[in-house]
Amino acid sequence: MAKEYEIIYMFIKAFIVGGSICTIAQLLINYTKVTPGKILVYFLLAGVFLQAIGLYGYLVDFAGAGATVPISGFGYLLAEGAIKGARENLFGAITGGVKAAAAGITAAIVFGYVFALAFRPKSKKN
Amino acid sequence: MAERTRNNPNEAYIKYVSSVSPKTKETRSLLNAFLVGGAICVIGQFLRYMFEFLFGMRGDELAGSVSVVLIFLSALLTGLGVYDRIGKYAGGGSIVPITGFANSVVAPAMEFRSEGFVYGLAAKMFVIAGPILVFGIASSVAVGLIYYIAGLF
Repeated sequence: MAKEYEIIYMFIKAFIVGGSICTIAQLLINYTKVTPGKILVYFLLAGVFLQAIGLYGYLVDFAGAGATVPISGFGYLLAEGAIKGARENLFGAITGGVKAAAAGITAAIVFGYVFALAFRPKSKKN
Repeated sequence: MAERTRNNPNEAYIKYVSSVSPKTKETRSLLNAFLVGGAICVIGQFLRYMFEFLFGMRGDELAGSVSVVLIFLSALLTGLGVYDRIGKYAGGGSIVPITGFANSVVAPAMEFRSEGFVYGLAAKMFVIAGPILVFGIASSVAVGLIYYIAGLF
Protein backbone atom coordinates (compact mmCIF):
# COMPACT_ATOMS: atom_id res chain seq x y z
CA MET A 1 0.00 0.00 0.00
CA ALA A 2 2.78 2.38 0.92
CA LYS A 3 4.53 1.59 -2.34
CA GLU A 4 1.45 2.29 -4.45
CA TYR A 5 1.07 5.62 -2.71
CA GLU A 6 4.73 6.37 -3.43
CA ILE A 7 4.31 5.66 -7.16
CA ILE A 8 1.29 7.95 -7.47
CA TYR A 9 3.13 10.65 -5.54
CA MET A 10 6.09 10.27 -7.93
CA PHE A 11 3.81 10.80 -10.95
CA ILE A 12 2.45 14.00 -9.39
CA LYS A 13 5.97 15.26 -8.66
CA ALA A 14 7.10 14.45 -12.22
CA PHE A 15 4.06 16.30 -13.60
CA ILE A 16 4.58 19.41 -11.50
CA VAL A 17 8.36 19.69 -11.90
CA GLY A 18 8.31 18.87 -15.63
CA GLY A 19 5.38 21.20 -16.21
CA SER A 20 7.10 24.00 -14.28
CA ILE A 21 10.28 23.72 -16.35
CA CYS A 22 8.16 23.97 -19.52
CA THR A 23 6.28 26.95 -18.09
CA ILE A 24 9.59 28.79 -17.57
CA ALA A 25 10.32 28.20 -21.26
CA GLN A 26 6.86 29.53 -22.17
CA LEU A 27 7.51 32.64 -20.05
CA LEU A 28 10.71 33.22 -22.06
CA ILE A 29 8.75 32.80 -25.31
CA ASN A 30 6.01 35.20 -24.18
CA TYR A 31 8.05 37.99 -22.61
CA THR A 32 11.42 37.89 -24.41
CA LYS A 33 12.49 37.52 -28.03
CA VAL A 34 14.46 34.31 -27.44
CA THR A 35 13.88 31.76 -30.23
CA PRO A 36 12.93 28.15 -29.35
CA GLY A 37 16.31 26.89 -30.60
CA LYS A 38 18.13 29.17 -28.19
CA ILE A 39 15.80 28.19 -25.34
CA LEU A 40 16.84 24.57 -25.87
CA VAL A 41 20.53 25.56 -25.71
CA TYR A 42 20.01 27.69 -22.57
CA PHE A 43 18.07 24.94 -20.76
CA LEU A 44 20.69 22.38 -21.75
CA LEU A 45 23.50 24.58 -20.42
CA ALA A 46 21.49 25.25 -17.26
CA GLY A 47 21.27 21.48 -16.72
CA VAL A 48 25.02 21.06 -17.29
CA PHE A 49 25.84 23.93 -14.93
CA LEU A 50 23.45 22.83 -12.18
CA GLN A 51 24.92 19.33 -12.22
CA ALA A 52 28.48 20.71 -12.38
CA ILE A 53 27.83 22.40 -9.03
CA GLY A 54 26.08 19.23 -7.87
CA LEU A 55 22.46 20.40 -7.65
CA TYR A 56 20.49 18.89 -10.55
CA GLY A 57 20.92 15.36 -9.19
CA TYR A 58 18.72 16.28 -6.20
CA LEU A 59 15.97 17.38 -8.59
CA VAL A 60 16.30 14.06 -10.45
CA ASP A 61 16.01 12.13 -7.17
CA PHE A 62 12.97 14.20 -6.24
CA ALA A 63 11.03 14.30 -9.50
CA GLY A 64 12.37 11.43 -11.63
CA ALA A 65 11.29 11.86 -15.24
CA GLY A 66 10.04 15.36 -14.40
CA ALA A 67 13.70 16.35 -14.24
CA THR A 68 15.26 13.93 -16.76
CA VAL A 69 12.81 14.30 -19.66
CA PRO A 70 13.24 18.10 -20.19
CA ILE A 71 16.36 19.02 -22.20
CA SER A 72 18.03 20.21 -18.97
CA GLY A 73 18.02 16.51 -18.00
CA PHE A 74 20.06 15.83 -21.13
CA GLY A 75 22.56 18.41 -19.89
CA TYR A 76 22.52 16.72 -16.48
CA LEU A 77 23.33 13.39 -18.14
CA LEU A 78 26.27 14.94 -20.06
CA ALA A 79 27.72 16.64 -16.97
CA GLU A 80 27.17 13.62 -14.73
CA GLY A 81 28.92 11.35 -17.26
CA ALA A 82 31.87 13.74 -17.52
CA ILE A 83 32.19 13.95 -13.71
CA LYS A 84 32.08 10.15 -13.40
CA GLY A 85 34.69 9.81 -16.17
CA ALA A 86 36.92 12.43 -14.55
CA ARG A 87 37.15 10.27 -11.43
CA GLU A 88 38.91 7.59 -13.52
CA ASN A 89 41.32 9.37 -15.85
CA LEU A 90 41.76 12.19 -18.38
CA PHE A 91 40.31 10.06 -21.19
CA GLY A 92 37.21 9.47 -19.10
CA ALA A 93 36.87 13.18 -18.36
CA ILE A 94 36.71 13.95 -22.10
CA THR A 95 34.59 11.02 -23.28
CA GLY A 96 32.33 10.52 -20.25
CA GLY A 97 29.69 13.07 -21.24
CA VAL A 98 29.00 11.74 -24.72
CA LYS A 99 29.22 8.18 -23.41
CA ALA A 100 26.39 8.83 -20.94
CA ALA A 101 24.27 10.63 -23.55
CA ALA A 102 25.08 8.16 -26.35
CA ALA A 103 21.64 6.50 -26.31
CA GLY A 104 19.76 9.77 -26.78
CA ILE A 105 22.10 11.14 -29.44
CA THR A 106 22.09 7.87 -31.41
CA ALA A 107 18.31 7.54 -31.20
CA ALA A 108 17.77 11.14 -32.35
CA ILE A 109 20.09 10.69 -35.35
CA VAL A 110 18.94 7.22 -36.42
CA PHE A 111 15.18 7.63 -35.84
CA GLY A 112 15.41 11.20 -37.14
CA TYR A 113 16.92 10.10 -40.43
CA VAL A 114 14.65 7.07 -40.84
CA PHE A 115 11.40 8.93 -40.13
CA ALA A 116 12.39 11.96 -42.19
CA LEU A 117 13.03 9.50 -45.02
CA ALA A 118 9.78 7.61 -44.49
CA PHE A 119 7.35 10.54 -44.25
CA ARG A 120 6.62 13.49 -46.48
CA PRO A 121 5.78 16.87 -44.94
CA LYS A 122 2.06 17.48 -44.64
CA SER A 123 0.64 20.20 -46.83
CA LYS A 124 0.12 23.25 -44.64
CA LYS A 125 -3.58 23.90 -44.87
CA ASN A 126 -3.99 25.93 -41.72
CA MET B 1 -13.34 69.28 -30.18
CA ALA B 2 -15.64 66.74 -31.76
CA GLU B 3 -12.58 64.70 -32.75
CA ARG B 4 -11.32 64.66 -29.23
CA THR B 5 -14.55 63.36 -27.80
CA ARG B 6 -14.60 60.73 -30.51
CA ASN B 7 -11.01 59.68 -29.83
CA ASN B 8 -11.23 59.46 -26.10
CA PRO B 9 -13.51 56.44 -25.90
CA ASN B 10 -11.35 54.79 -28.61
CA GLU B 11 -8.20 55.28 -26.61
CA ALA B 12 -9.84 53.96 -23.51
CA TYR B 13 -11.14 51.02 -25.47
CA ILE B 14 -7.74 50.25 -27.06
CA LYS B 15 -6.08 50.55 -23.69
CA TYR B 16 -8.64 48.18 -22.28
CA VAL B 17 -8.17 45.68 -25.11
CA SER B 18 -4.37 45.71 -24.90
CA SER B 19 -4.44 45.34 -21.14
CA VAL B 20 -6.89 42.44 -21.17
CA SER B 21 -6.71 40.32 -24.31
CA PRO B 22 -2.98 39.47 -24.63
CA LYS B 23 -2.75 38.79 -20.93
CA THR B 24 -5.46 36.16 -20.98
CA LYS B 25 -3.86 34.62 -24.07
CA GLU B 26 -0.49 34.53 -22.32
CA THR B 27 -1.80 32.95 -19.13
CA ARG B 28 -3.58 30.39 -21.32
CA SER B 29 -0.30 29.57 -23.11
CA LEU B 30 1.47 29.19 -19.77
CA LEU B 31 -1.19 26.77 -18.57
CA ASN B 32 -1.00 24.79 -21.83
CA ALA B 33 2.80 24.59 -21.59
CA PHE B 34 2.51 23.39 -17.99
CA LEU B 35 -0.10 20.73 -18.78
CA VAL B 36 1.51 19.34 -21.94
CA GLY B 37 5.07 19.48 -20.54
CA GLY B 38 3.90 17.81 -17.35
CA ALA B 39 2.01 15.14 -19.31
CA ILE B 40 5.11 14.28 -21.39
CA CYS B 41 7.12 13.94 -18.17
CA VAL B 42 4.41 11.68 -16.71
CA ILE B 43 4.69 9.45 -19.81
CA GLY B 44 8.45 9.42 -19.20
CA GLN B 45 7.89 8.47 -15.55
CA PHE B 46 5.49 5.71 -16.62
CA LEU B 47 8.16 4.31 -18.98
CA ARG B 48 10.73 4.51 -16.16
CA TYR B 49 8.52 2.34 -13.93
CA MET B 50 7.77 -0.04 -16.81
CA PHE B 51 11.44 -0.62 -17.63
CA GLU B 52 12.38 -0.79 -13.97
CA PHE B 53 9.80 -3.44 -13.04
CA LEU B 54 9.74 -5.43 -16.31
CA PHE B 55 13.45 -5.49 -17.19
CA GLY B 56 15.08 -4.51 -13.89
CA MET B 57 16.92 -1.54 -15.44
CA ARG B 58 18.70 1.04 -13.31
CA GLY B 59 20.67 4.27 -13.56
CA ASP B 60 22.05 5.31 -16.94
CA GLU B 61 20.58 2.30 -18.76
CA LEU B 62 17.09 3.20 -17.48
CA ALA B 63 17.42 6.90 -18.34
CA GLY B 64 18.85 6.07 -21.77
CA SER B 65 16.11 3.56 -22.64
CA VAL B 66 13.35 6.00 -21.64
CA SER B 67 14.95 8.72 -23.81
CA VAL B 68 15.19 6.32 -26.77
CA VAL B 69 11.48 5.41 -26.54
CA LEU B 70 10.39 9.06 -26.16
CA ILE B 71 12.59 10.10 -29.10
CA PHE B 72 11.17 7.25 -31.19
CA LEU B 73 7.58 8.29 -30.40
CA SER B 74 8.31 11.96 -31.07
CA ALA B 75 10.05 11.25 -34.39
CA LEU B 76 7.08 9.11 -35.45
CA LEU B 77 4.51 11.73 -34.41
CA THR B 78 6.51 14.44 -36.18
CA GLY B 79 6.54 12.33 -39.34
CA LEU B 80 2.77 11.90 -39.09
CA GLY B 81 2.38 15.65 -38.59
CA VAL B 82 0.81 15.22 -35.14
CA TYR B 83 3.64 16.69 -33.06
CA ASP B 84 3.57 20.05 -34.83
CA ARG B 85 -0.14 20.29 -34.09
CA ILE B 86 0.58 19.62 -30.40
CA GLY B 87 3.35 22.23 -30.62
CA LYS B 88 0.99 24.93 -31.85
CA TYR B 89 -1.14 24.35 -28.77
CA ALA B 90 1.59 23.71 -26.20
CA GLY B 91 4.49 26.03 -27.10
CA GLY B 92 7.22 25.55 -24.52
CA GLY B 93 5.53 22.39 -23.27
CA SER B 94 6.43 20.58 -26.48
CA ILE B 95 9.80 22.29 -27.09
CA VAL B 96 11.67 21.69 -23.85
CA PRO B 97 11.14 17.94 -23.28
CA ILE B 98 13.52 15.56 -25.08
CA THR B 99 10.65 14.93 -27.53
CA GLY B 100 11.07 18.53 -28.70
CA PHE B 101 14.73 17.81 -29.41
CA ALA B 102 13.72 14.86 -31.60
CA ASN B 103 11.08 17.03 -33.27
CA SER B 104 13.74 19.66 -34.06
CA VAL B 105 15.77 16.91 -35.78
CA VAL B 106 12.97 15.39 -37.88
CA ALA B 107 10.94 18.47 -38.87
CA PRO B 108 13.64 20.41 -40.83
CA ALA B 109 14.99 17.16 -42.30
CA MET B 110 11.55 16.35 -43.75
CA GLU B 111 11.17 19.88 -45.02
CA PHE B 112 14.44 19.83 -46.97
CA ARG B 113 14.45 16.25 -48.29
CA SER B 114 13.75 17.60 -51.78
CA GLU B 115 17.30 19.05 -51.72
CA GLY B 116 18.75 15.54 -51.58
CA PHE B 117 19.46 12.83 -49.04
CA VAL B 118 22.89 14.18 -48.07
CA TYR B 119 22.91 17.99 -48.12
CA GLY B 120 19.14 18.25 -47.82
CA LEU B 121 17.91 15.62 -45.40
CA ALA B 122 21.03 14.64 -43.44
CA ALA B 123 22.50 18.14 -43.17
CA LYS B 124 19.27 19.87 -42.14
CA MET B 125 18.72 17.42 -39.28
CA PHE B 126 21.22 19.52 -37.34
CA VAL B 127 19.85 23.01 -37.92
CA ILE B 128 18.63 23.19 -34.30
CA ALA B 129 20.14 19.97 -32.91
CA GLY B 130 23.66 21.00 -34.03
CA PRO B 131 24.05 23.90 -31.57
CA ILE B 132 22.62 21.70 -28.81
CA LEU B 133 25.23 19.02 -29.47
CA VAL B 134 28.04 21.58 -29.84
CA PHE B 135 27.28 23.38 -26.57
CA GLY B 136 26.27 20.22 -24.73
CA ILE B 137 29.37 18.22 -25.64
CA ALA B 138 31.75 21.17 -25.29
CA SER B 139 30.40 22.07 -21.86
CA SER B 140 30.51 18.42 -20.72
CA VAL B 141 34.21 18.26 -21.72
CA ALA B 142 34.80 21.51 -19.81
CA VAL B 143 33.08 20.09 -16.72
CA GLY B 144 35.06 16.84 -17.06
CA LEU B 145 38.38 18.69 -17.33
CA ILE B 146 37.61 20.93 -14.35
CA TYR B 147 36.72 17.90 -12.21
CA TYR B 148 39.80 16.02 -13.47
CA ILE B 149 42.18 18.91 -12.70
CA ALA B 150 40.52 19.52 -9.32
CA GLY B 151 40.91 15.80 -8.59
CA LEU B 152 44.69 15.96 -9.15
CA PHE B 153 45.25 18.07 -6.06
